[in-house]
Amino acid sequence: MNEEIKINLTAGFICPIPKSEYDKILLAHGGGGSLSHQLISKMFLPQFDNELLNAQHDSAIFTVGKNKFAFTTDSYVIQPIFFPGGDIGELAVNGTINDLAVSGAKPLYITTAFIIEEGLPIDNLWKIVLSMKEAAKKAGVLIVTGDTKVVERGKGDKIFINTSGIGIVEEGIDISPKNCREGDVIIINGSIADHGIAIMSARERLAFETEIISDTAPLNDLIRSVLSASKNVHVMRDPTRGGVASTLKEIAMTAQMGIEIDEAKIPIKEEVKGACEILGFDPLYIANEGKVIIFAAKEDEKKILSVMRAHQFGKESIVIGKVVKEHPGTVVMKTIIGSTRVVEMITGEQLPRIC
Amino acid sequence: MKFVDEYRDIKSVKVLSKQIEEIVTRPWSIMEICGGQTHTILKYGIEELLPKQITLLHGPGCPVCVTPLEQIDKAIAIASRSGVIFTSFGDMLRVPGSKDDLLSMKANGSDVRMVYSPLDAVKIAEENKDKKVVFFAVGFETTAPVNAISVVEAKRRGLKNFSILCSHVLVPPAIEALLSSEDCMIQGFLAAGHVCTVMGYEQYIPLAEKYRTPIVVTGFEPVDILQGILMSVKQLEEGRFEVENQYNRVVTKSGNQSAKKVLDTVFDTIDRKWRGIGTIPKSGYALKKSFQDFDSEKIFDVGTIEQNESPLCIAGEVLKGTKKPNECSAFGVLCKPEIPLGAPMVSTEGACAAYFHYGKNKSLNANSEIRV
Repeated sequence: MNEEIKINLTAGFICPIPKSEYDKILLAHGGGGSLSHQLISKMFLPQFDNELLNAQHDSAIFTVGKNKFAFTTDSYVIQPIFFPGGDIGELAVNGTINDLAVSGAKPLYITTAFIIEEGLPIDNLWKIVLSMKEAAKKAGVLIVTGDTKVVERGKGDKIFINTSGIGIVEEGIDISPKNCREGDVIIINGSIADHGIAIMSARERLAFETEIISDTAPLNDLIRSVLSASKNVHVMRDPTRGGVASTLKEIAMTAQMGIEIDEAKIPIKEEVKGACEILGFDPLYIANEGKVIIFAAKEDEKKILSVMRAHQFGKESIVIGKVVKEHPGTVVMKTIIGSTRVVEMITGEQLPRIC
Repeated sequence: MKFVDEYRDIKSVKVLSKQIEEIVTRPWSIMEICGGQTHTILKYGIEELLPKQITLLHGPGCPVCVTPLEQIDKAIAIASRSGVIFTSFGDMLRVPGSKDDLLSMKANGSDVRMVYSPLDAVKIAEENKDKKVVFFAVGFETTAPVNAISVVEAKRRGLKNFSILCSHVLVPPAIEALLSSEDCMIQGFLAAGHVCTVMGYEQYIPLAEKYRTPIVVTGFEPVDILQGILMSVKQLEEGRFEVENQYNRVVTKSGNQSAKKVLDTVFDTIDRKWRGIGTIPKSGYALKKSFQDFDSEKIFDVGTIEQNESPLCIAGEVLKGTKKPNECSAFGVLCKPEIPLGAPMVSTEGACAAYFHYGKNKSLNANSEIRV
């Protein structure tokens, strides 16, 4: 008996990530790519193991009484806290709203927790609070509870914000990677990589001729109109960290379906393209904060595109690819010069090239 | 985007690819010297557009890949000293030394910072007079001028706390080393357009003649690469071995005079070790005596570091073009971008990483043609 307990205890303490790889957390573990994926699949999932978590959706979906709910959480540690097109407060509210919305839920309530570094000008906090208020109002959600902690100067980076949110999933709506079907069209609501490049330019004080603005936006209203127009929406995801490439790869792997995308169709603003060229970044891997990727039945393509294009956050909506049964788990891209290549998940932080 | 889109134009690509097919009569092996070109070839699937007779060999022109292990260990040793701010271009940070890389030094508490220009490092030195600021000066003739300027600038500003760990390498001696090696399979070269932007292409003329090998100065976009290949194949088919300039929208015969002048002022040419290849005579730069106060190796006594590569890694053969990355037994299994055994798996410009990243490790279903 004792022997058995001992064995179990030991098993619980063995780190499942091979020691030879990493013995410390690196920034890339939080980058949304394969190292983040490794933490989730090798550490968190096996230990927290339960059905809701194992679904690995943007939100956990559960039932209370007759109602289906979605529940999600996210932390925001962005630097700089004020950037072209938004700030950390707006981002924290929109991000959680979007995580709920892409799960097919109507966001209702959110919570917020602040970890503030000693010395933050009170005026900065005030600006952040006002923009959170405004973002919540725009999206029609209430911030219903919160927490504040202050850490010593040097022990944080100005301000970190966590938000959690709960939303209700209407009957008949079932959004999940496992639902994607052969022939589904893949739609995005506009240009990619705006957020990541806006942050990078602000952080590194890179001055481009045209200011690049973050795309941070609440997507719940756009998604709501899509779900009202079509009953054949199968998967939705917001391509945040790791960008469009990592999101599509993740869906292909979870669904065990193939994905084909067309590089020429993927919208990228000229100035963002230019910045990516200079820095040596691939826009497919850059974060977005106001984008949603929708997988839906081909027959509803026109209907969905027309409601999306009529919405302020979906004017440039476009089909960028489709789901195929060949090469399950793999994303293949037709390049702009007509050849094909495989699109992999990002493997670490994207680093600017030497030359 | 102007100056980019026209060089990624599908119509021009198709025309060039057809022209190559029309003139080729037998197998040819052409090496693109530069990692940036390798990246384009893999990213755009250019090999798919070439006739079967053309084999592209991926050359050693990735500065991250050829910086020797000892040099990275020296960088790590310096970065771990207290009172040091170690600065570097981004993709050098993840290159594995014998034990660690610079990014894990950062996780361990060293002050390691990524900069976009060595002049940013000079600025950091000016703002942190109580710290010693070191810049890891790697790269080919492309980055050498601006790295040289950082030293000139630090001297002009009277900074006593700035130095560079100089690891510069030069392209023409590497081409000569490759061409003169016994197992050389290279019949034509695509020279690196940006290196020639700085240096011009005069240095390549005697090489083309001596080794009877065509060298075409080539740019970095798909249309550039295909045009460079077309020009090389044409020369090979006609039995010519000349230096031609595909990248003439940027490159001139004698290069950028002011850049070359600053290189002459700051650097001496020395023998340098290349990771995976060995020491190549007169293939690198070191700071001249008049600038040795800015030489990190003189300021920090890091002793002699000698290291051996992982026995599994075939980086040397990959860099010489005698083996393709996916012919390595460790490729994609023991060696991946997140756990690289050798440098070519680190930088996106390294041939192994490019193969991995763009799915050359996958055997796709034969029916997977895209019809989006």
